[in-house]
Amino acid sequence: MITLDQVYILVGLMFLAFAILTLRDAAHPTRIHSALFWGLLAGSMLFGSYLGGLGNGLLVVALVALGGLSKLGVGKPQTTTTEERREGAARRGDWLFLPALIVPVVAVGGTLAAKHTEWGAALFSSTQTTLIALALGCLIALGAAVAWLRPPATAPLHEGRRLIDSIGWAVLLPQMLAALGAIFLASNVGGVVGEVVTQAVPMSSPLIAVLAYCIGMALFTVIMGNAFAAFPVMTAAIGLPFVVGQFGGDPAIVCAIGMLAGFCGTLLTPMAANFNVVPANLLELPDRNAAFNGVIRAQAPTALILLLVNIALMYALAFRF
Amino acid sequence: MLVLLGILVVVAGFVARINPLLVILAAAIVTGVCAAIAPGIGFIGLFQAGVATLAAFGDAFNDNRYFHVVWLILPIIGLLERAGLQERARMSIAKVKAASAGRLLLAYLILRQITSALGLTSLGGHPQMVRPLVAPMAEGAAEIEAGGNLPDPVRHRIRGMAAATDNIGLFFGEDIFIAIGSIILMVGFLEQAGIIVEPLQLSVWAIPTALAAFLIHGARLLMFDRSIRKAISDARPAIEQETGQ
Repeated sequence: MITLDQVYILVGLMFLAFAILTLRDAAHPTRIHSALFWGLLAGSMLFGSYLGGLGNGLLVVALVALGGLSKLGVGKPQTTTTEERREGAARRGDWLFLPALIVPVVAVGGTLAAKHTEWGAALFSSTQTTLIALALGCLIALGAAVAWLRPPATAPLHEGRRLIDSIGWAVLLPQMLAALGAIFLASNVGGVVGEVVTQAVPMSSPLIAVLAYCIGMALFTVIMGNAFAAFPVMTAAIGLPFVVGQFGGDPAIVCAIGMLAGFCGTLLTPMAANFNVVPANLLELPDRNAAFNGVIRAQAPTALILLLVNIALMYALAFRF
Repeated sequence: MLVLLGILVVVAGFVARINPLLVILAAAIVTGVCAAIAPGIGFIGLFQAGVATLAAFGDAFNDNRYFHVVWLILPIIGLLERAGLQERARMSIAKVKAASAGRLLLAYLILRQITSALGLTSLGGHPQMVRPLVAPMAEGAAEIEAGGNLPDPVRHRIRGMAAATDNIGLFFGEDIFIAIGSIILMVGFLEQAGIIVEPLQLSVWAIPTALAAFLIHGARLLMFDRSIRKAISDARPAIEQETGQ
């Protein structure tokens, strides 16, 4: 059976290879610095479970110092020229899409197989099945592409290093925010936020309660970078006691639309790194380090209109059904 | 009240444009230390609270390593790019006569929303689809329409819109599927509060917002074509002047 721990080892080995190749790349602008960063991340993936809380905490301090205090450079490993790529694209045709499609097909197929077939359940561990299947899909696709394209042996790792360098420190952001969420939860930040909001906003009508809940969801999501972190806080503070309890809103409608109001916040915040910062880095946008980069600016009008729509929908539907 | 200082650190760090990694770690330590403040606690007590918070943060960091599994896709995507994947995406879209950047992204929006609503969220995504395929195709379609190279600002706007369309299609499609993370979170949360709801009861109420998202963003994508056409024609005289034509 393939488990998540085995996938972590694979990811760790990949980061370790990035670190070693970076270290051997004399032309890399921040050679040792970047090699240390990717090497430590490899250490976290390979040995994190043996380090204990404080050991992992110190590892985080080192990673944050390397990634946050100074710039991680972008390496330029040997790759093909634009002309070679055009020629390759013309010669190989639409077959080039095929390996890229293997990954999602195996990810989805593996998830379904684990749920509905005996061999699938035997092959994949039942926790985080989709991620395990995704990893398997990446390996199969890579195997197929290497067999077909016959690149130099280290080419996949050099190409991966080129892309991970362009993402840079942002690789850590989602994980860091999730850990911050755990600290907030342990310190009852949510309960205190709820008290403050209810003291500041008198919940005198259903409309005010709906406005406070939806806008609160969006704002807290902007801060936390994740609607999942905002949902328990805001729903316990405003959604359940006021919109549902005091004014009789339907809990399913209130929660479903409240979560979507939070998603509007996700579209507006650079804290939601995997959705808003990673693509700006991957697409090499010139303003990728700005607070409101090109991705967020493209999303903002849709997000703001949709937040109003969510407020209107909750007000119109929650008290009717 | 003092634990709210952690949120304040996040906001202040964001306003001061300090690297978010530093800000988050600082916010966590501040929150943990503030939560420990009580009458009679000394410096040593606060230091111990700080160390305990760092350990708790380390544990949570380790528990959330699964975010990194998705990077396993980078070697295969990079390898295909090396062989000409982005160039192929541009060539393929050039064959479709009716293609424009906005219409192409509209088609992707529909596809992304429907597949997400069926639970197939891993069919899209930025490293997998947007960088290698969707963005180059949208740029390619705009290049055909413009009859040549795009000015850089236009190229970057198209890329931004491609990423935005992936996000919006995902966010306002996935909640219609009953077994997605957010629905499971809501069911569990309500159960703890003594309210029993079925996942399906939650997911049907994601449909009105999904339709609204499609109408709003779809309309914006159709207007996007007009806007980039104007930006291209505005940029052209400047380019022609520079080259002396």
